Amino acid sequence: MSAPAAPARRSARVPGDLVIRIEGVTKLYRMGTETIHALRGVNLEIRRNEYLAIMGPSGSGKSTLMNMLGCLDTPSAGRYDFNGKDVARMVDDELAEIRNREIGFVFQTFNLLPRSDALHNVELPLIYAGLRPAVRRERALGALRNVGLADRIHHKPNEMSGGQRQRVAIARALVNHPSILLADEPTGNLDSRTGEEIMALFEDLYEQGHTIIVVTHEEDIARHARRVVRLRDGLIESDGPIL
Amino acid sequence: MARLLQELVESFRIAFGQIRANALRSVLTALGVIIGIVAVTLMGTAINGIDIGFNRSLAMLGEDVLYVQRWPWRRVDDWWNYVNRPPLEVETAERLNRVIEATPGSLLEVAVPVATRGTSVRAGELRLGGVMLFGTTGDYARIVTTDVAEGRMFNDIEASVGRPVCVLGSAVAENLFPGRSALDQQVQIRGERYTVIGVLAKQGEFLGLFSFDNQIVAPLNTVRRQTGVRANLDLRVKVRDKARLAEAEEELIGAMRRVRGQLPGERDNFSVNQQQAFKEQLDPVKAGIALAGLFITGLSLFVGAIGIMNITFVSVKERTKEIGTRKALGARRRTILLQFLIEAVSICLIGGLVGLGVTLAASLVLAALLPALPIAFSPGLMAVSVLVSILTGVVSGFAPAWGASRLDPVVALRYE
Repeated sequence: MSAPAAPARRSARVPGDLVIRIEGVTKLYRMGTETIHALRGVNLEIRRNEYLAIMGPSGSGKSTLMNMLGCLDTPSAGRYDFNGKDVARMVDDELAEIRNREIGFVFQTFNLLPRSDALHNVELPLIYAGLRPAVRRERALGALRNVGLADRIHHKPNEMSGGQRQRVAIARALVNHPSILLADEPTGNLDSRTGEEIMALFEDLYEQGHTIIVVTHEEDIARHARRVVRLRDGLIESDGPIL
Repeated sequence: MARLLQELVESFRIAFGQIRANALRSVLTALGVIIGIVAVTLMGTAINGIDIGFNRSLAMLGEDVLYVQRWPWRRVDDWWNYVNRPPLEVETAERLNRVIEATPGSLLEVAVPVATRGTSVRAGELRLGGVMLFGTTGDYARIVTTDVAEGRMFNDIEASVGRPVCVLGSAVAENLFPGRSALDQQVQIRGERYTVIGVLAKQGEFLGLFSFDNQIVAPLNTVRRQTGVRANLDLRVKVRDKARLAEAEEELIGAMRRVRGQLPGERDNFSVNQQQAFKEQLDPVKAGIALAGLFITGLSLFVGAIGIMNITFVSVKERTKEIGTRKALGARRRTILLQFLIEAVSICLIGGLVGLGVTLAASLVLAALLPALPIAFSPGLMAVSVLVSILTGVVSGFAPAWGASRLDPVVALRYE
């Protein structure tokens, strides 16, 4: 299943319980005297084991929605339930807890700690979860094996290729068994061949039962998902399966 | 709890990784703290030393000796109340001793008359000026804090018949008889010959004012007969229990009033002095020196603290994106706060320990070069400077660390 396949031949797993429910979410930013409506009332439901792409031109509210989904930010108004918990009104440290346990982030620029080796980078979320070193190590090793980097655990980011770095980041995102994997332009800093490898890895993870949300502006990347949400001017323009 | 522990371990790991990665910067920053800690601890050592020297000087006066004199050991504004006091006589001491003996359970042991005057002394060709001559009785040995290093003190018989014998202070003996024993030698005081029967052990200087080693002790009767001048006489009274000095002083005042035949309500026509009086006068001076010294040296530590604060701000700025990443992965405010605080404290602590080492080395060198200087490098001072280093780190690291912990993760992640 790792080879890039034509959309028609791909399996579509049956989505499970509701993970995310967003209702009437708006987000306002104040820039000097101007008020910017980044989101103007978004409704969205994401179920377990969905593979979703969020698309939209810049300024469409795509990044704001991603920050919201990732619990990095809270809405100005509206409701956001994550696994039945209302996160819209949570304070910083409660959000940190949700991010630690429920969300695995994959960034365009990988965001690895430059002076730490792959193993320590992957262990980081487990440190914040308060796990003992032995348990951390075991789980981090498992996560690195899962992305095919069992032989690179003591390499530092600058000793690895871009693709390997992004794999480390993916291992880090998955190590605490989050409810969703949230990837922001995961192939944006990779050449197209490596990008395809990463997307193939996502495909694998999806097949293993992970819930994946990819934010991208590239149609090619979005095509790997099973459902595409398109944003324009702070509103959802379309939401439906990839044909 | 487990989480805090893991976070702490991680914070220390980051801190030391960071210090290693920015070695030069860390060293330069720590230098500020090192200089600050060296200044403060050296000052502390000096103050400690002054204190010890001071107490050592006071101990020479005798912690268990009360001085009965015409004048008190403090500044008096009403000199007319003192100037007409009757002088103290040898008889005063004798009568005082009889009162002491007649008092059951007296806190006083013995009163000794001591006549003091400045003089010069000759031995052969050598002449020594500015020597204190003490004329006293055989009981003197019971009240002095010095041991007789060589020979002996004169006894009661020698004292009462007024034999021409004397005991030299160590400096007098060394100066008059360099390289040889002074025992059984002759010295001339005011034209009279004295035989040296003892040499006192070395005592040192009193507050740097005069040397206790520059003295000669001779029988009071000899001194009086031979000099023919009434010397300035006072009584030294030994107390049995120095823990009850205040009570003993009360008793002594009462006994002296009886000796003098003073009526109730009449003002004492004598003063009872003790080393405590010096202490009370000099303590505020000492405290003033300590305060000013610590304040001035504290300024250099303050500059070091500003350096730490500055570098922590830089560190936060440089690693804004990393802070964003950590927050995205679940780091809470406390985690980030601790991380940067520990980094600041680590640099301060390293600086503090190095500074402490420098101070220790410096005080050892100073002590070796200038043995007379009372230098005291105490464990308490070490503990205090380690604490001060940690405190400096916390205080100066707090503002930047607090700022870091409050960063909006969205903004931090976008930071380039």
